[in-house]
Amino acid sequence: MARRVSPTRIVVSTVAAWACGLLIFFPILWMVLASFKTELEAFAIPPSFLFFEWTTENYITVQTRSDYFHHAMNSIVIAGGSTIIAALIAVPAAWSMAFAPTRRTKDILLWMLSTKMMPAVGVLVPIYLIFKNLDLLDTRVGLVAILCLGNLPIVVWMLFTYFKEIPRDILEAARMDGATVERELIYVLTPMAIPGIASTLLLNLILAWNEAFWTLNLSTSQAAPLTVFIASYSSPEGLFWAKLSAASTMAIAPILVLGWFSQRQLVRGLTFGAVK
Amino acid sequence: MGQITLQSVHKSFGPLNIIKDANLDIEDGSFVVFVGPSGCGKTTLLRLIAGLEDVTSGQILIDGRNVVNVPPAKRGLSMVFQSYALYPHMSVRGNIAFGLKMAGMPRPEIDRKVEAAAATLNLTSYLDRKPRELSGGQRQRVAIGRAIVREPKAFLFDEPLSNLDAALRVQMRMEVTRLQKQLATTAIYVTHDQVEAMTMADRIVVLNAGRVEQYGTPLELYDRPVNLFVAGFIGSPKMNFVSGLPASLHGAATIGIRPEHLRVVGDGEGWPGRVSVAEHLGSDTFLYVDAAELGLLTVRGLGEVHLKGGDRVWLSPDPARLHRFDKEGVAIRP
Repeated sequence: MARRVSPTRIVVSTVAAWACGLLIFFPILWMVLASFKTELEAFAIPPSFLFFEWTTENYITVQTRSDYFHHAMNSIVIAGGSTIIAALIAVPAAWSMAFAPTRRTKDILLWMLSTKMMPAVGVLVPIYLIFKNLDLLDTRVGLVAILCLGNLPIVVWMLFTYFKEIPRDILEAARMDGATVERELIYVLTPMAIPGIASTLLLNLILAWNEAFWTLNLSTSQAAPLTVFIASYSSPEGLFWAKLSAASTMAIAPILVLGWFSQRQLVRGLTFGAVK
Repeated sequence: MGQITLQSVHKSFGPLNIIKDANLDIEDGSFVVFVGPSGCGKTTLLRLIAGLEDVTSGQILIDGRNVVNVPPAKRGLSMVFQSYALYPHMSVRGNIAFGLKMAGMPRPEIDRKVEAAAATLNLTSYLDRKPRELSGGQRQRVAIGRAIVREPKAFLFDEPLSNLDAALRVQMRMEVTRLQKQLATTAIYVTHDQVEAMTMADRIVVLNAGRVEQYGTPLELYDRPVNLFVAGFIGSPKMNFVSGLPASLHGAATIGIRPEHLRVVGDGEGWPGRVSVAEHLGSDTFLYVDAAELGLLTVRGLGEVHLKGGDRVWLSPDPARLHRFDKEGVAIRP
């Protein structure tokens, strides 16, 4: 029998859900609104919500003062590159850990994850020096490498959990049917794991796009992605809220659009295996 | 051809011995069932033959050739899994054709063989469906179709019917047996269900704790079990075991009497007891008799036996059909 839900309950939970949603969305909304204000209005108290003079001046200033497309291109290369390389390493790694585990596999997985528990700033100086000695400072290659390495544990872990969900029998059936390991990977495992692989890579892309600690510390101009572009508006001549907001809006727009279109995939992937 | 021979096959996982010295000769075209309680190693033995597990020592010969170092696909066997293990992203056609595709067979030939297999298994109208759109029985048929289309030397079945409901299981049991006879291909079938074993097998292998206890035809196992384990495992309801004085009268440590060989006799003539439960099945009546120090005895009688719980009875075994076992539980042959 279906549970009966009273109308008041529906109203209350709907209102609560919208309230939560708006609360989470509010900073983004406020940022977008501020980007269309003049600098004066942007920090006016009390703040004006919708009734102010709308202007696109900030966007024009930002684009002329610092080259948005240069930074956007760096973001695409760094986030995309680190994701692709991470996938190439993580798919076989997760496959072998899931289907050909040794006695130490669990320890290795845990050790990999433990690296994420260490505060990044703890290794900033050694990493900085290594980058300096290898001439990797402010290079795309350097940033791709560090972001890829930083996210690999998460990517391997996620793929490992997805692969674990695939029944062993099916892979054994493929083996009985005469499939070699490569063919088993191409024809059986990958098609079955596509939702998991796709959402893992999507998540990695978002994490890499938004990563600020390493990109801010290891790049200045040549390889600087959008995070550096945003940060440049919070310094030397003081805070410019409106311009900072405009820069931030421009920086998050691409990934927001991507996230919006792939939200179904993302949610499906993140809850994969939880609901059967 | 599909003759399979196991010579001193051992398998251990670390310190755990799963299979202890298995020796078997499986003739070409025969239907052999591995039966035993769960954890007895029957599935492991099947997987060793399939090549999905490596033997620790010993030899497995298929048509005289040692295959212990040959990968599963090259052994020329096909397997039906308990979970069916269909490829969920492929259609029924794709599932059945996969093995042939991997073997690099030309497309028209694949199509012809898939159609033929589908026709044999009544799957023709489902060829373009995905496994999730099929019922349990149909999925099972697809799994069998995938196995027969490759024309293997032998079929390996790993408890293939255990996920089906009782009625379908009986039907599929007959279909599998019929198909095997029609194709005249060797089949090895693993089950924990001794009824399945008795009805399907040409020969049965009874396994217990990684050891082959007995290998023979169903009736050999039923009529001449080599030890207490086989005697107790084969037959439903189970054989009655009596030890103590009644056994020593027959020169044995334990005597075994099948429920149908225990008769209800006139008052005062045999072992006294009281019926605790009487099950009237129409054709048969099962009496569970509490016979004091002899324990609970099962009697299989005709449907017309009108005894009920609480009735006092006297039981007598058919002396010609007694099974005698020594202290070690090994059968004593006259």
